[in-house]
Amino acid sequence: MSIDAATARKVAHLARISVAEDELEQLTRELDGILGWVEQLQQVDVEGVEPMTSVTPMSLPRREDAVTDGGIRDKVLANAPDAREGFFAVPKVVE
Amino acid sequence: MTELSYREPEPKIIAGVKGDWEIVIGMEVHAQVQAKSKLFSGASTEFGAEPNSNVSLVDAAMPGMLPVINAFCVEQAVRTGLGLKAQINLRSVFDRKNYFYPDLPQGYQISQYKHPVVGEGEVLVDLAPGVARKVRIERIHLEQDAGKSVHDMDPEMSFVDLNRTGCALMEIVSMPDIRGPEEAAEYVRKLRQIMRYLGTCDGNMQEGSLRADVNVSVRPVGSTEFGTRCEIKNMNSMRFIQQAIDYEARRQIANLEDGGTVVQETRLYDPNKGETRSMRSKEEAHDYRYFPDPDLLPLEIEQALVDRVADSLPELPDDKKARLVGAYGITEYDASVLVAERANADFFEEVARGRDGKQAANWVINELFGRLNKEGLRISESPVSAAQLGSIIDLIGSGDISGKIAKDLFEIVYTEGGDPAGIVEARGMRQVTDTGAIEAAVDEVIAANADKAEQARAKPSMAGWFVGQVMKATGGKANPQAVQALVKAKLGVE
Repeated sequence: MSIDAATARKVAHLARISVAEDELEQLTRELDGILGWVEQLQQVDVEGVEPMTSVTPMSLPRREDAVTDGGIRDKVLANAPDAREGFFAVPKVVE
Repeated sequence: MTELSYREPEPKIIAGVKGDWEIVIGMEVHAQVQAKSKLFSGASTEFGAEPNSNVSLVDAAMPGMLPVINAFCVEQAVRTGLGLKAQINLRSVFDRKNYFYPDLPQGYQISQYKHPVVGEGEVLVDLAPGVARKVRIERIHLEQDAGKSVHDMDPEMSFVDLNRTGCALMEIVSMPDIRGPEEAAEYVRKLRQIMRYLGTCDGNMQEGSLRADVNVSVRPVGSTEFGTRCEIKNMNSMRFIQQAIDYEARRQIANLEDGGTVVQETRLYDPNKGETRSMRSKEEAHDYRYFPDPDLLPLEIEQALVDRVADSLPELPDDKKARLVGAYGITEYDASVLVAERANADFFEEVARGRDGKQAANWVINELFGRLNKEGLRISESPVSAAQLGSIIDLIGSGDISGKIAKDLFEIVYTEGGDPAGIVEARGMRQVTDTGAIEAAVDEVIAANADKAEQARAKPSMAGWFVGQVMKATGGKANPQAVQALVKAKLGVE
């Protein structure tokens, strides 16, 4: 697998990470290296081996259906750059 | 158990300029899970709360917060799966679906991609008595809902409310088995009905508890290949679903017949203009880069849980309908009306128990539902109880009142309440079955209208006029059959 500058640019945009044009070449090389390494890993024969999802033998913890949280609007909005009338206020996004 | 048999409906055909076309539809229905708290946080799911008051720091995606799954939401998904005769996957996996939008603070939606909790199932979509389409379900997965943006409070800003953020949704994905706009709406209606029976989704479309994305494609009649599809997003009304599909199918046909192609894209239905338009901004966002959520282990369900839920399932609409037809001898149409809501069917059964089923269905559907609909009341708000309605029917059966008087009695019970038998007694509504008294009334009417009696002897159809007169003279209390027999005998007509 190899990655080109256009793909790197697209991936950065999808992740909303700003990458300057002159940094793109190095980023492309690094991503390519990572993917190459993963490709190498994929050559290992794992036929019949269960995928490991956790290093501890535990299952997904579940909670009861009860209202135990919320009612903390001031805390929720505390870090918002702009909040009005109990809402987050953001630049207009309308389809 | 009685099984009703069905035949498949004719697909809707749209005549193009160059030929006939068939519509192929698959749907993704998003149903909000009925639960007190959210899928991964303990904040309330209550609708209509003050903005951002039902939000925890998990929902707001504050750094370091971890999701913990709501066991009841899992159970609800299993229950829905079983209600749709679907396979339950004892092991499923949560993934992150990555995209950026102001009402999604995490920057990803926790969803299930390759390993959903529910696999293949089916829904029987009723279209008319004896006509139904079997729609296969591909999968149901659990996922988080997004928040809500309000765009009309400020000219430059959108306002975001995260109350809905993180509420549990079931995405129910169908196979492309639907063949027309009406079928699509009926499919949603049937899903809604089943989930309301199960208590897994309240089905409130105005509040957004049930929303549908519709995949529409067209193909020439006779073709077995699928055309390129467009996805119409986020509709919350049966009427809009039908209008949007109809418009979209015609748009695609016009395009293809002009030698053009259909571009696979996401579209939005504008109910004001009655048309769909492209949501170009969504195109790039389709690259969701799913990967397993590292905060969540795979969801492993015990078979014991599935068994327990299976044992607690209520009788579902199809079974109930078949049983009502078999046990009470009512028509399939009447049974469909009665099973639309579980409470309606329960009410009917209470009235019908130990009585004539057809008569009970008539009274419940035509008189009671008719009256309730007029006033926009639900069965739970009915001023007439099942016992009262049953008692009215008993009074007809015993010959105490005629069918006509029964309607007056129903009106009194509806508006004033009270014991029907007591009302009949107190207001002298008992029908006159005493032949002597009726005979006297018949004689009187004939004597007073000698000329008409003469005509009636020549033209027997005029006897009806005398029956009416006698009924009027007795205040409607005479037994109509007795009156009719006596009038005919006295006039000497058949």
